[in-house]
Amino acid sequence: MLANYGYKDGSGDYFITIDTGKCDGCGECISACPYGVLEMVENEFDPLEGGEIAAVSEEHRKKIKYSCAPCKPTSGREKLPCISACEPNAITHSW
Amino acid sequence: MSQEYWRWKEYNWRDEKIDWKEAETITAGVDVGSVSSQTVVMTDGKLFAYSNMRTGSDSPDSARKAMDWALEGTGMKLEAIKYVVGTGYGRVNVPFAQKAITEIACHARGGNMMYGPTVRTILDMGGQDCKAIHCDERGKVTNFLMNDKCAAGTGRGMEVFADLLAVPIEDVGELSFEVDEEPEPVSSTCVVFAKSEATALLRQGWPKSKVLAAYCSAMAHRVFTLLERIGVEKDFAITGGIAKNAGVVRRLEKEVDMKPLTSNYDTQIAGAIGAALFAKALLEKSRK
Amino acid sequence: MITAGIDCGAKNTKVVIRRDGEVIAKSLVLSGFDQKAAAGEALEMALKEANLSKKDIEHITATGVGMKEAPFADDTITEVGSVAKGTVFLFPNARTVIDVGAEEGRAIRADGTGKVIDFAINEKCAAGAGAFTEAMARALEVPLEKMGEFSLKSQNAVPMNAQCAIFAESEVVSLIHAKTPKEDIVRAVHDAIASRITSMVRRVGIEKEVALVGGVARNVGFVKSMKDDLELEMLIPEDPEFVGALGAAIAAAENR
Repeated sequence: MLANYGYKDGSGDYFITIDTGKCDGCGECISACPYGVLEMVENEFDPLEGGEIAAVSEEHRKKIKYSCAPCKPTSGREKLPCISACEPNAITHSW
Repeated sequence: MSQEYWRWKEYNWRDEKIDWKEAETITAGVDVGSVSSQTVVMTDGKLFAYSNMRTGSDSPDSARKAMDWALEGTGMKLEAIKYVVGTGYGRVNVPFAQKAITEIACHARGGNMMYGPTVRTILDMGGQDCKAIHCDERGKVTNFLMNDKCAAGTGRGMEVFADLLAVPIEDVGELSFEVDEEPEPVSSTCVVFAKSEATALLRQGWPKSKVLAAYCSAMAHRVFTLLERIGVEKDFAITGGIAKNAGVVRRLEKEVDMKPLTSNYDTQIAGAIGAALFAKALLEKSRK
Repeated sequence: MITAGIDCGAKNTKVVIRRDGEVIAKSLVLSGFDQKAAAGEALEMALKEANLSKKDIEHITATGVGMKEAPFADDTITEVGSVAKGTVFLFPNARTVIDVGAEEGRAIRADGTGKVIDFAINEKCAAGAGAFTEAMARALEVPLEKMGEFSLKSQNAVPMNAQCAIFAESEVVSLIHAKTPKEDIVRAVHDAIASRITSMVRRVGIEKEVALVGGVARNVGFVKSMKDDLELEMLIPEDPEFVGALGAAIAAAENR
């Protein structure tokens, strides 16, 4: 399942997508993110099954453009720490 | 005190034909959103009673009020309800709930009951956010997109416009069609800037209907681009308060090129229905 | 040599007239719904102050979101270009310029000549610019000019969750109902917008000296929130809203 967190506002589209089918709940992305944007949550989308997956924390969902800004400089941008840390390639950023 | 154009009607309802005392399972779902709150009470998985009201500034209080109002006149007391699931933005603030479940899952489950097992794409246009959900034939979530931050494309954005133009919000849809031809949509996505744009248009002599048409059109387009991100798979359904706004729905239909399914249920209670159904499933699971 | 710069901003239109490198007149009018008329009016006002007529001006350069609506302009320059030029002229050591206007917030990296090296913009969203403070001032029933001093009285940092001007308005109303002291709410407003601006600044990278310009720089509460977030002192000109027009006037001299 593709979980898309974020928003579209007047200035653009900002979404972090986590493929819950690929996410194995290892938590590496949570440690890799310097700003606490990601967190482990109960797999609420399938409440009758359960398990743990990564998600964008509620606090950051509405401001990910700003939360993620330091990792996205206007020049000299490197591979994002969260994406580098994810072995199954479950995370993508739309911007 | 001047009229509050943004204020939509609050209401409750119950099925007179059901005698709840004969029911085996009585469950409920409480959906506490930032703008509105709904409670749905089910007897053996059938809709028995519900309420829809504006969320106050106090979430736990809103949950209780929504519940009391749904039960009003039924003779049923909260204790008779064996399992309550809370959902929505204020879901952790439903003190009498046994469990909190994300509104994404609840909307998928509720949509599946309201629109039938063929529904695959549910667009929820709520008071403060917009969600696009893909589900399977059992109402299980297969993909989703949450849009949570920007007032554009939300009920609140529409309330602001209704207020600006002094048009009761329930009349916005119909009024927006009283135009000779569709105007260009307002260019600003941002509701704050769209308001300035609308004021300028009014000054230029645009009638209210034309301004509303421009705004509904912009909202429909914005929501469409959001939907495009996860794709629209047949069948398509719209829940939430804005589903009642033909001004946005019909324009969105055109862009999606698909007619949304309709339901006899109130579009604003989708989340609470899903929560009540989950409550039933969890209750039955615990009884095994 | 006499040149003029006109900055057709979303909220205000500003004109600066320079003679041989010195500012001899400036004017500010509301842009309103008719940008063309506002541009004409602003120019007239500035000419009157300088005791000149239009033909005395050798070259006029326009900037700002409505720059195309200044028909008397000889050419145009981008907003980031004019702001960088104007700021480095006023502060030769400025290398990072933060420009917060009514509808856009910009972070610019400039070199010693005032040329733009890099920039990031918060645009089309009221929460990233002065429109946010304006909307909150209305919700709080505090005059916009008093927001700054109000916020300096605050003793408590109160978090603000909403990231949208429309939702922030509802949040402010809830805070008022919860009897939160007004100064704390005003400060929360400034902290919130400052945090959005600084995150954008961090995208271009911070190189000292840092300058803060644009109309919102007049808000001492916002300035304090920025200072606290960035943890450094910023250079702020006396007339921060005129920096764009000044830069355009300088460009006019270079381009004539």
